[in-house]
Amino acid sequence: MRAAVIVFPGSNCDRDTYHVLKNVFGVDCHYVFHEERFAPTDFDLIVIPGGFSFGDYLRPGAIARFSPVMWSVQEASRIGKLVMGICNGFQILTEAGLLSGSLLRNINLKFVCREVHVKVVNNRTPFTCLFEEGEVIRMPIAHGEGRYFPSPSGLKPDQIVLQYCDEDGKTIDSTNPNGSYMNIAGIINEDGNVFGLMPHPERCCEDVLGNTDGKRFFESILTYVSRRRVYATS
Amino acid sequence: MYRVTVQILPKEGVFDPQGQTVKGALEKLGFEGVESVRMGKLIELVLDVKGEQEAKVRAISMCEKLLANPVVESYKILNVEEIS
Repeated sequence: MRAAVIVFPGSNCDRDTYHVLKNVFGVDCHYVFHEERFAPTDFDLIVIPGGFSFGDYLRPGAIARFSPVMWSVQEASRIGKLVMGICNGFQILTEAGLLSGSLLRNINLKFVCREVHVKVVNNRTPFTCLFEEGEVIRMPIAHGEGRYFPSPSGLKPDQIVLQYCDEDGKTIDSTNPNGSYMNIAGIINEDGNVFGLMPHPERCCEDVLGNTDGKRFFESILTYVSRRRVYATS
Repeated sequence: MYRVTVQILPKEGVFDPQGQTVKGALEKLGFEGVESVRMGKLIELVLDVKGEQEAKVRAISMCEKLLANPVVESYKILNVEEIS
């Protein structure tokens, strides 16, 4: 599998993501600078990492979405390549219209940086296929603008992939760290190949960090891509 | 040259915690009758264009494409002023 990690001015989780893909999972991983273009078939997975692209000026992701590389990301997503946006990457994908809705300032106006419980409500995606449906995991979040707000056209129920919850999986207001609509922590597009999430899976993939719940997102992707290859060649 | 002032505000129905917080602070200070406070952005553009109409059209186009997020924000051209 070949993966790209897009680097914008202000990306600060690009190295973590690259490290996890390359060193934890042995993926053939490449940085792609925001001014570069690539062919739609160059990568199986494109990750738009967390950070503060273009300083988050105007709105998070508003300026990054016009970077030349985003044309390539659009083209790759159109032919079904997997695109994952983490935190600021999620914000960029909504601004680019690859995912619906928008991410607004956290309801309590605070930057939240801590571990939360998240429920995998849809495991029928390339990004979550190794989780159990309804499984509760722990993941770190770190954002000031993560309150998901849907677009007027709304979301289909299957598009909600992750929800903030308590340790028993209850999605109540007190477990919602940013005031997201329906406790949404991660969504997918209608075609099922573009995934955005506010929690950081790349920050919980190694024992040394005390949490490995993020590993299965990457393992799911690897499994999905290798299975698709088998189907494509058989 | 024209100076165009653009106002960006959260749409009706989009919860605005900044506005709410400021409203609460005003009430605590004893200001009565504050029905609502909404907070957004004010952007001032200086455009090298031929006329007022063109300045306005250009500013609207900028709002549609970049300055406002149509999902959650509305925009308004507050003022177009010719400057030397």
